[in-house]
Amino acid sequence: MATSDLKLLGGWFSPFACRVQIALSIKGLDYENIEENLNPKSDLLLQSNPTYKKIPVLIHGDKTICESAIIVQYIDEVWKNNATSSILPSNAYDKAIARFWVSYIDDKFFNSLRNGLFAQDDESKKKYFDELEEVLLKLEEVFNKLSEGKGFFGGEKIGFIDIALGCYLSWLKVKEKFTGTKMFDEAKNPGLVIWAETFSAHPSVKGILPETDKLVEFAIAMAQRLAAAAAAPPK
Amino acid sequence: MATNQEEVKLLGSVKSPFVCRVHIVLKLKGIEFEFVDENLANKSDQLLKYNPVYKKVPVFVHNDKPISESLVILEYIDETWKQNPILPSDPYHRALARFWSKFIDDKIVAASVKVVHSVGDEKEREKNVEESIEALQILENELKDKFFGGEEIGIVDIAAVFIAFWLPVIQDITGLKMLTAEKFPKLYNWSQEFLNHPIVKENIPPRDPLFAIYKAYYDSLIASK
Repeated sequence: MATSDLKLLGGWFSPFACRVQIALSIKGLDYENIEENLNPKSDLLLQSNPTYKKIPVLIHGDKTICESAIIVQYIDEVWKNNATSSILPSNAYDKAIARFWVSYIDDKFFNSLRNGLFAQDDESKKKYFDELEEVLLKLEEVFNKLSEGKGFFGGEKIGFIDIALGCYLSWLKVKEKFTGTKMFDEAKNPGLVIWAETFSAHPSVKGILPETDKLVEFAIAMAQRLAAAAAAPPK
Repeated sequence: MATNQEEVKLLGSVKSPFVCRVHIVLKLKGIEFEFVDENLANKSDQLLKYNPVYKKVPVFVHNDKPISESLVILEYIDETWKQNPILPSDPYHRALARFWSKFIDDKIVAASVKVVHSVGDEKEREKNVEESIEALQILENELKDKFFGGEEIGIVDIAAVFIAFWLPVIQDITGLKMLTAEKFPKLYNWSQEFLNHPIVKENIPPRDPLFAIYKAYYDSLIASK
């Protein structure tokens, strides 16, 4: 089960790296966690992900795997173990549904959240956060349908969609701090409110999501850098 | 498992490269299906019911269960009908195949769409053409065998039908050159091999009508600027 040839090139602040950590934790795998500074990007990062130069990268022996959703599927397929630790559903249709929603989350949820947090003006901020609200309404529906009252998008156990969305919980707490509004509206997203608690308390998740205060500091610094870059004269 | 009683439907449009991907795989695996030609300017109730999130094609329906997003559909088909697999069996190569298929969508298709829509803004267009070329170079470097799938076509080749067939149409209409035999000899040769593959050849749309549709769209874009 334990293996010494697994390395994760990630960052404590990165929701995508968190996904991989959660997946590795579900499978009970030992690995070396390498914190990537990103400023400047390390040689290891540039060599192992020359296409995107982004974290996370999973290094498994002499193999490198990039893109968090792809890494999670890789981990699930290599360490098939037993049914209790599988991340993707076993049936092809349910797998397709899970992949669809993870793709949706990466496309719609992430962009609205990130763009909203770092928008330079209030009008844009509102636009993105309104979009985010729409997305959350949709995900509330999905949660109610897929969880069948059992606690996770994956049903009884934490699954692909849970990991893909749950990795953002700390960043949603940052949004709470920045905007003063709760990350999930109790009236509109009651299911997600409970899910967030259940997910955060899961033994494979505890200790992996970054602390809110530390992340808020990080986000403020990032917002300042982006504002400075936006104000800088074009090169 | 797949049997003769399967009801298989593909909602799509002949002009869509994403629909074409699914079409090719269904033919490659010899799966019988009903093609529902969608008028994207007047979407059917069926389409809206089966893909309420994006309201786009392709939508694949298997025994009344719908799936959207072409790459998700391709994986589902491969897992359900095991003949002529389009994904490798080992997890590492599967991860690579997924990576490159996504790269094609995120970097090449996206850049090409931007190239088309940036008509009238020379600076923006130049930037998008640059991005397109950079992405094609990365793919050129990646190609090691006859096909991305090795000796036989796989999911990456099928995802790249956009590059082999649609990109040249875009190039002819816009007058811009991104994929050329001189700049990308491996990719160019690949595109010829791919288009001559017995299944692909029979299942790409006729070029002239496609060209006409895209040209009309492009002319309307220019007119609107």
